Amino acid sequence: MKNREKKSLRDAYGATLAELGAQNRNIVALDADLSGSTRTSVFAAKFPDRFFNMGVAEQDMISTAAGLAAAGKIPFASSFAIFASGRAWEQVRQSVCLSNLNVKIVATHGGITVGEDGPSHQALEDLTLMRVLPNMTVIVPCDAVETAAVMRRIADTYGPVYVRVAREKFPVIFDADYKFNIGKGVILRHGSDVAIIACGYLVSKALEAAEELAEEGISAAVVNMPTIKPLDEDLVIQMASTTGAIVTAEEHSITGGLGSAVMEVVCENEPVPVIRVGMKGRFGSSGKPEELMDYYGMNAPAVAEAARRAMALKTGPVQQNKKD
Amino acid sequence: MKFTQDSKELTDIARELRVDILRMLARSGSGHTGGSLSCIDIITALYFSKMNHSPHFGKDADRDVFVLSKGHAAPALYVALARCGYFDRSHLDSLRKLNAILSGHPYSPSTPGVEVSTGSLGQGLSLANGIALGYRLDGKKGTVFCMMGDGESQEGQIWEAAMTAAHYKLDNVVGIVDNNGLQIDGKVSDVMNIEPIGDKWRAFGWEVIEIDGHNMESIMDAVDRAVAVKGKPALIWAHTVKGKGVSFMENKVSFHGTTPSADELEKAMAELAAV
Ligand SMILES: Cc1ncc(C[n+]2csc(CCOP(=O)(O)OP(=O)(O)O)c2C)c(N)n1
Repeated sequence: MKNREKKSLRDAYGATLAELGAQNRNIVALDADLSGSTRTSVFAAKFPDRFFNMGVAEQDMISTAAGLAAAGKIPFASSFAIFASGRAWEQVRQSVCLSNLNVKIVATHGGITVGEDGPSHQALEDLTLMRVLPNMTVIVPCDAVETAAVMRRIADTYGPVYVRVAREKFPVIFDADYKFNIGKGVILRHGSDVAIIACGYLVSKALEAAEELAEEGISAAVVNMPTIKPLDEDLVIQMASTTGAIVTAEEHSITGGLGSAVMEVVCENEPVPVIRVGMKGRFGSSGKPEELMDYYGMNAPAVAEAARRAMALKTGPVQQNKKD
Repeated sequence: MKFTQDSKELTDIARELRVDILRMLARSGSGHTGGSLSCIDIITALYFSKMNHSPHFGKDADRDVFVLSKGHAAPALYVALARCGYFDRSHLDSLRKLNAILSGHPYSPSTPGVEVSTGSLGQGLSLANGIALGYRLDGKKGTVFCMMGDGESQEGQIWEAAMTAAHYKLDNVVGIVDNNGLQIDGKVSDVMNIEPIGDKWRAFGWEVIEIDGHNMESIMDAVDRAVAVKGKPALIWAHTVKGKGVSFMENKVSFHGTTPSADELEKAMAELAAV
């Protein structure tokens, strides 16, 4: 696991966007003075007429993208996740989602692994912000292969989408022929004692945690859940009923993101204990990406510990009553 | 719908539309009166004379597009769309009602002829720029008109969009500021002064055309001139009166977001009939 090759998700985004641009003239790209970082520069170099740098003006970028979509284009708008989701949230709601316009927001530098730039640049709330919007689809790919697959799929599918990728390179999980389906989770590892449902960087950590747990005789399932909305509810319910205990893991606040989404489904359908791994109600700080992941408890040992706790809760009074 | 170049006829249409607006608002019991009356002459000139549009055009036509950035003036847009045949006039009776096609603010999925959703101030010009960029990529001829308020001009995004239109030399965008001098909390100059507004737009790279926004001939002339501007966007800086056309509503902040009572409606109808 630890030896997996690492690849950049934003590189995959830039390359795939340029590839898509060659196939479909209607694809256009917008950026807010971060095209080198987000990799929309790759598209810009190939299709300068279809690339619009909007300057440091994220609100204008999102509403302009909406106008382009209203004129029949397929705009991909990019910035750092914190600005694309937060600075322009109301524009995403009013200009894009309200009219259900075909705007793809691909936000890079999501999560705490943005690292040294510190808390102002660490988007740990973007999934929450985007998930509450009607018409919006929210996707967090876990590796470069999935990122490319996501881009190809959303370019072909009508409607607003928010995709979050990171600055860091992540371990490659999938083979090149991987097929991504919007709204579908992928079982990466079967298990019967506990299910770990993860997205983004935490998918690789979840796989590591499952190996650690296996050494203790615990059989942990691992699910990659790239689509936060619409969530693969059937798979979540299946995991809850077959294992009886769930852990969620995300490089994001535990409030409102994948963990909350899973809890909503579990509580309403198949109540079992759910423990959330993620950022716990605080801002981050500057530091090296891995150092921060360890410090704030978004690593494999934290996921494994959450799994043990979730399993311990399984034998609690509620569960016993259910069996009587 | 009748298209005309005759300013007297257009003035008559605008008066009829004022009647429609007031009746609709009185019936609905909620909605924005003052800012609808201040921009209706310009909307009349666009929809009944200057814009190349029709409910029968497909999305691909070289049509002109109107974006009502000051979305609270939706009544002014709705009455024009209804008279132009985008939907049956009977819908005006259900403004702001559950399941009606006419929302309190323009909501594109529900209303034929409404291009984009607006109502959150400051976003319309960006939307217009986006449509204009799309038009340019497709080689389409249409012009995108965007109506903004002077109070709305306090939103930072307006100026982001002003930069964008100038930077990308969007001569297929025409901005219009309905400069009635009032917002909700009082005079624009008291709440947050935006003057000198013409100089600001000029400084941002726009051609500025200053007019009396209630003089039909001036409006028509300004639209022609604005459309003819090449290499940069044009702004029509229209001086208007909030509540225009009904004496007791004119320049009254209190009529910004209130509707006429039965008595007020009757008085207003008498005034408009007497014109
Ligand atoms: C972003 C946003 N903030 C506040 C409001 C509430 N609001 C509606 S109209 C208005 C005043 C607008 O003034 P102006 O643009 O001058 O409109 P007009 O006088 O032409 O009606 C405000 C603050 C809003 N609709 N959107």
